[in-house]
Amino acid sequence: MSLIRKPLNRRSILRAGAMGGAALATPTVFTSSAWSAPYLNEPKGGEVTFGFNVPQTGAYADEGADELRAYQLAVKHINGEGDGGMLNTFSSKALGGNGVNGKKVAYVTGDTQTKSDAARASAKRMIEKDGAIMITGGSSSGVAIAVQSLCQEAGVIFMAGLTHSNDTTGKDRRANGFRHFFNTEMTGAALAPVLKNAFGTDRKAYHLTADYTWGWSQEGSIKKYTEALGWNTVAAVRTPLGAGDFSQYLTPVLNSGADVLVLNHYGKDMVNSLTQAVQFGLREKQVNGKQFEIVVPLFSRLMAQGAGDAIKGIFGSTNWNWSLQDEGSQAFVKSFGQEYGFPPSQAAHTCYAQAILYADACQRAGTFEPCAVAAALEDYEFDGLGNGPTLYRGADHQCFKDVLVVKGKENPSSQFDLLEVVEITPRAQVEYAPDMEDVKGDLGTCNNGA
Amino acid sequence: MATQTSPMRDYIFFAVFAVAVLTMPVWLEPIGAGYPDLLQKFAIFGLFATGFNLLFGLTGYLSFGHAAFLGVGSYTAVWTFKLLGMNPIPAAIMAVIASGLFALAIGYVSLRRSGIYFSILTLAFAQMSYNLAYSVLTPITNGETGLRVLQSDPRLFDGSTESDGPLLSNLFGIEMTGYAGFYFCAVVLLIGFFIAQRIFRSPFGIMLRAVKTNQNRMTYTGLNPRPYTLAAFVISGMYAGLAGALMCITDPLAGAERMQWTASGEIVLMTILGGAGTLLGPIFGAALIKYFENIFSAFNEQTLHEIFGFLPDWIEYPIVSVSSLFVGEGWHLTLGVLFMLIVIFLPGGLMEGIARIRKLFRRKPGKAEPSGAAAPAE
Repeated sequence: MSLIRKPLNRRSILRAGAMGGAALATPTVFTSSAWSAPYLNEPKGGEVTFGFNVPQTGAYADEGADELRAYQLAVKHINGEGDGGMLNTFSSKALGGNGVNGKKVAYVTGDTQTKSDAARASAKRMIEKDGAIMITGGSSSGVAIAVQSLCQEAGVIFMAGLTHSNDTTGKDRRANGFRHFFNTEMTGAALAPVLKNAFGTDRKAYHLTADYTWGWSQEGSIKKYTEALGWNTVAAVRTPLGAGDFSQYLTPVLNSGADVLVLNHYGKDMVNSLTQAVQFGLREKQVNGKQFEIVVPLFSRLMAQGAGDAIKGIFGSTNWNWSLQDEGSQAFVKSFGQEYGFPPSQAAHTCYAQAILYADACQRAGTFEPCAVAAALEDYEFDGLGNGPTLYRGADHQCFKDVLVVKGKENPSSQFDLLEVVEITPRAQVEYAPDMEDVKGDLGTCNNGA
Repeated sequence: MATQTSPMRDYIFFAVFAVAVLTMPVWLEPIGAGYPDLLQKFAIFGLFATGFNLLFGLTGYLSFGHAAFLGVGSYTAVWTFKLLGMNPIPAAIMAVIASGLFALAIGYVSLRRSGIYFSILTLAFAQMSYNLAYSVLTPITNGETGLRVLQSDPRLFDGSTESDGPLLSNLFGIEMTGYAGFYFCAVVLLIGFFIAQRIFRSPFGIMLRAVKTNQNRMTYTGLNPRPYTLAAFVISGMYAGLAGALMCITDPLAGAERMQWTASGEIVLMTILGGAGTLLGPIFGAALIKYFENIFSAFNEQTLHEIFGFLPDWIEYPIVSVSSLFVGEGWHLTLGVLFMLIVIFLPGGLMEGIARIRKLFRRKPGKAEPSGAAAPAE
């Protein structure tokens, strides 16, 4: 301060302050790696960092915890620890259990809180601070879409976790985003024939829908396919995410004249709404001379566990279930069980598969450069990851594979054996054109962040 | 702390503050906070807290609904992007105007009551806005999914020139992400801080303090406090709206969860944690909470093992298992403990802590004014 003591006036002080600030700020421009590397977060040294962005709090926390376990297991297997899991059954043999492209895989984690803002902040931290080359995870379509567009802007690959809305690879599809999980369109196509056989073609449906992109998408798909069967939709009511108490939404169902209740809920919401619907005695009711039925289009073993007896006999669809007998599923269940002592959920399975698919694509491309990796994933045919032969379609970055239609088991043999596979709907039956009316979108061009 | 004020000291103080803010990327690097996204959050929430403090710190009116103005600012900014173009300046101006008008409406009603009734009224209005954004206003707000800028939007001024690249806010060619985004937010924070400093020192600020001290006496002397409190409320709402706009400028997405009551509570926490009624306190509080949220929540057992790795295993494992309760998803717990400690032992917030430490050092050299001391924090 002694330098500027003499002509101490406002101007000189402001000038000195501004100049000092500018001078001190300059070096940061050069330390920012985005300026020098040919692509963002190019791994230097012997490690490459993946970013696992999962909900650790909120309505989807159970799924998030299972996803994180699966990611940690996948990293172990990629680095050559453990028994190798599905790497042994995977049709591509590029990964040799010594990391990816000769680099050991490290990871950072973050909490999405099932909120778009928090998820984006956490993804940004991983990209900007921790140097993550790829972001994966998410257990909500709203979050997945928000993080996917962030990754597109930043220039890293996004491997979507559990996200079921059509929009993720439909109207909000992005060149840097990839999804292994199925979507509501496939659920509708797979579930409708089963519902027709079980409940007939003359039914009145009442929807309770989680009020965000996934709920809207699923409501739309189920309406589309059930109305094609001849069902009527009496009403579709939107409920806020994480509502907890659904009784105010269930009371009107009783007097609506509907004989099927479709619960477009997931996670803790579904556990609560289903349990409350059963407590209201909906399943014992006779309406229009027919037995009242409840359908939960998307459910998982974790939710079945939460819902307890309420889930028995309820129809739904799922991406994968641990009871599948193919080689890949068996290998995964075995190594997950050895590590954690219980079988994995569908969320864990899709996240594990995504991590393996990404690592494999990097190995095949010989680089981590996002656009080269994306090219290696596009139109890639593979097998041995638990869903039979699967295609990563290049036109919308969506995986196409068989869909499971399941029912809550009446007599479970263990606390995990809760779902009974009613039908495995073949891939051909759930395929749709990438430019179909409901899912039209624009991928844009791949961004490597350089 | 506000014992000796003079225009000169204020300018020096402001200059030191400006240098500190602009050099944040350098001196926050060692504690792992020197990356653009968190720096942007520091600046944005610092501005938000500064504005909130103009109301709560000066007049003592505790608003529990300030997140609503943040949300209104966010939505206005995104709509400005959608309709006019990606330049941040119109977005910021529109957001300030919209949130100001909104604050005028809410303030006009709520300020008829004071104390707890005022808090509950603002809370009710904020919760109403949140639920409206979620349900009835879905066509405007896009509900839970959040409002985004799409390629198909009209964007009057730059819609035609856009290629298919990512849609980012863009100040005459400089993309408002990364460090550029931070410096934009930092400059806005400095402007906001300067205005707040002027208000603190102005006759208007004295009037606001008078409202806090004794409103009855003020009325007896023939002064109507309502216009002053309403003005403070509107200004404070504008700050919140501007902060909301900045959030969208650095990341063009607006979601309803920004308006939830927890977000309103967070800003109250920030202000109290830092020290209500002081200029710097709320900014410290905002930075502290955002630091916890982003850095502590990312610690997992792996990181803890690295930190405590130098200890022998039989000490390391218990320490890691106990401390892992306080990091990761347990960061709220740490924050809660810290908040309790501060409220119990330092009711004036962090600023009181700093003042006490300064007093300790000042007493030793005697009563003489330490002329050569480093520029004071306040």
